[in-house]
Amino acid sequence: MSRRSFHTLVALTGIVGLLLILYQHLVFGVPFLPGEQKIVWSVDAKIEFQPDDLEQTQVRLALPAVQAEYAQLHQDTTSTGYSVDFVKENHGNFVQWSGNGSSGKQVHHYRTDFVRDPQATRSSITVPTLSEPADPEPYASAMQSIASQVTEQSTDPFSITARIIQEFHEKTDTVSMLLDKYERNQLVVRILSRCGIPARVIGVLSLEDNRHRQHLKQYIAVFRGAAYRIFDSKTGGAILSDHALIWNGNGEPLLDIVGGKNAHVSFSTHKNITSAIGVETGRFSEAVQNLAPSVSFAIGGLPTEEQRLFRSFLLLPIGVVIVVFLRIIVGIKTIGTFMPALIAMSFLQTTLPVGLVAFLVIVGFGLDIRSWLSHLHLLQISRISAVIIVVIALVILLTIFAYQVGLAEQLRLTFFPLVILSWTIERMSVLWEEEGVKEVLRQGGGSLFVAICGYFAMDCAVVEHLTFNFFGLQLVLLSFVMLMGRYTGYRFSELQRFAPLSKQIRTKCNGDQTEPEVIRLKAELSRLKADPGKTSQRWKAQCGDQQEQQK
Amino acid sequence: MTLVNTMNSWFASLTSPLDLARAGIMGMNGRNCNYVGRYNTRSLYPLVDNKLLTKQIAREHGVCTPALLCEVRTHADINAISTVLGAHTDFCIKPAHGSGGKGILVIKDRAEDGRGYVKTSGSIISEHDLKRHLTNILAGLFSLGGKQDVALIEELIHFDTALAEYSYEGLPDTRVIVFQGFPVMCMVRFPTAESDGKANLHQGAVGVGICLRTGRAVRAVQNNRPIEIHPDMGLDFLSLQIPHFPEILRIASQCYEMSGLGYIGTDIVLDRDRGPMLLELNARPGLAIQICNNAGLLPRLNLVEELIKHTSMTVEERIAFSQKHFGVF
Repeated sequence: MSRRSFHTLVALTGIVGLLLILYQHLVFGVPFLPGEQKIVWSVDAKIEFQPDDLEQTQVRLALPAVQAEYAQLHQDTTSTGYSVDFVKENHGNFVQWSGNGSSGKQVHHYRTDFVRDPQATRSSITVPTLSEPADPEPYASAMQSIASQVTEQSTDPFSITARIIQEFHEKTDTVSMLLDKYERNQLVVRILSRCGIPARVIGVLSLEDNRHRQHLKQYIAVFRGAAYRIFDSKTGGAILSDHALIWNGNGEPLLDIVGGKNAHVSFSTHKNITSAIGVETGRFSEAVQNLAPSVSFAIGGLPTEEQRLFRSFLLLPIGVVIVVFLRIIVGIKTIGTFMPALIAMSFLQTTLPVGLVAFLVIVGFGLDIRSWLSHLHLLQISRISAVIIVVIALVILLTIFAYQVGLAEQLRLTFFPLVILSWTIERMSVLWEEEGVKEVLRQGGGSLFVAICGYFAMDCAVVEHLTFNFFGLQLVLLSFVMLMGRYTGYRFSELQRFAPLSKQIRTKCNGDQTEPEVIRLKAELSRLKADPGKTSQRWKAQCGDQQEQQK
Repeated sequence: MTLVNTMNSWFASLTSPLDLARAGIMGMNGRNCNYVGRYNTRSLYPLVDNKLLTKQIAREHGVCTPALLCEVRTHADINAISTVLGAHTDFCIKPAHGSGGKGILVIKDRAEDGRGYVKTSGSIISEHDLKRHLTNILAGLFSLGGKQDVALIEELIHFDTALAEYSYEGLPDTRVIVFQGFPVMCMVRFPTAESDGKANLHQGAVGVGICLRTGRAVRAVQNNRPIEIHPDMGLDFLSLQIPHFPEILRIASQCYEMSGLGYIGTDIVLDRDRGPMLLELNARPGLAIQICNNAGLLPRLNLVEELIKHTSMTVEERIAFSQKHFGVF
């Protein structure tokens, strides 16, 4: 490819990339700087049941309530051989799986993402209507006495609730009698209704990162007008909304099954931190996809797990560009071409200091064991396989050690590219045998330096935001890489390597030369260019003469 | 403060890219992109990576290489090795795809009891050890990428007396950079104690720049610093004169037609009895040859690049041209 068409291609790639960036910014309003960070909770409800033989089976799960401070991003379901319907009824929304003829244990999943959003005010939780209490004696009067006792002291529904629960702790005869008859939450609701305060037992999912096999907790929602507050009837404390997601808020059953048995549901919860933009574009792209599926550039519409994956995929080109720059323009020698970029990626997961120490420990031990392996005269494939196994063992040992010391949070070594690390050890060890320890330190140090540069570039929130939200940037990076691929100038390291030589060439002539060779050859070249035909013929003739002389 | 000072003095030790360009020094990127990438066809690389293929094409073009006693491809070949070797007492075993001197075993004699082999160091290995070494070569223990390989058994090279007195333990070789069939620069690499008998410049071997016209030493460099006296043998480098130099240039220049590669480094050794022989070709020759010759490659390459646009030359004419234009004495 000619120089001009190459440069056109590079320029075209870069310009298309820039235009894409501008298009996303101007048309869709994607900002260039990341906004505040938002917390996204991913919830997975797992429904297990045993269908009756050859019966039509219908499973119905209540969907989480629409509630203040949480906005639902998207939801999906998985199940095999069942049809899925989303059903809307007066007292709430449901997802319904129907199917027949299946046998054995069945598992369905319902997944959804919620974002903490202080601006969200919509709520599907209705104020319960107060009904005429119809409790048998002596319980009715016992409740009434507690009700009148607490209403004397306060009129605020929330402090009344707190007082009722406090009464329960007194363990009087009345209270024990009532608790023998009624379930604790139900009892609080009944007494509140005698005070004229609407309340309801609700199911709440507590939001904790990486929790599995959770079940809903039963709490009481107490209303003051349309506003409500959630109380734990055991402690009397109010439940704060930042770690509690109301599931069935209108007293509807959580799980209903027809044509099956042993049904139960368990929840797992994961916390993700995303930039507010990602959440916004997620919502936005869903809207756009409905209008015209091809217009959406953002990955925000994908589930958070995939988003997280893409987030790191899209960061890698930054690391790669840095590797290319430092190798071609600066001239740093590294072990393995893209090993530094991958190491930098894993530093992102472990944080820099922990990652550095872990890297040095693993490579150090690995080299030690590798030098022992080389005495065994193994073939290359089995030698590397042995190193891989050793590296895995080292990673596990380090992780166990870190748990003992209490470093577990930071030491996410599973993110280390194990195969790449093993190859690094293999290459270093070959280098050690062939070129000596100095070269190992030089190239190993160079690789680490490149990895650290890559880490700082990729760790930057702005960079992460830009790579994730602007696909055009990838094209711009591509054009950079292509451009650097045709860079024929000097490397920065060569400015040092050839410094003494360039000084000598200019000051000292070789052998019998009277003028520097550079100048003479340049003059000859320009003579040749000025009159190519004649000069080349004359030179050729001279060659013949010279041969004659030598003979 | 001291950090700032060292940084400053380090920056002061750098030269500007303009100075390098004015001196005509070729950089790594320039070599890869403008010469190796442009003039060396990828599909021809096997010719230089595989020593057996190099030998074959050399034979077809009448270029002298160390005589091949036998090639060992299978385990049956290994078992028959003592009959094949017959009366040869000294030979050299190397992997066809080896690099950096790995896997090379030099045998200089038979043991007195007739059952073992004497290595250059004087230690004796048994026939069993010799066969195990061959097995390792076939299995790819020393080869690029660990691929299955073939072992070559060559006649031992006895170095020329003129060079032997300059070399410490290893074999000195003559490297000629050949561009489009024109020898453009030449050096001889001498192993030293520091380089552990290897002829690699960055490991401390001495590189001596050679004048293309006369075969005389231009200057000698070790670890990027000019030297005059051999660090181990105490001889003056500048009085060095390479014997059979025209023949060396002829072999080097012929390698262009032979391999089809436009920009190569040819490694040629001098045998006491048989004269210059081609040892191997290199499709990515290093840049340190410029330091040994106190000259940049670019002015020479540019002149050749312009010349071949207008005329074509025979091997002899190319050599004569290079000698006239690139010689220093």
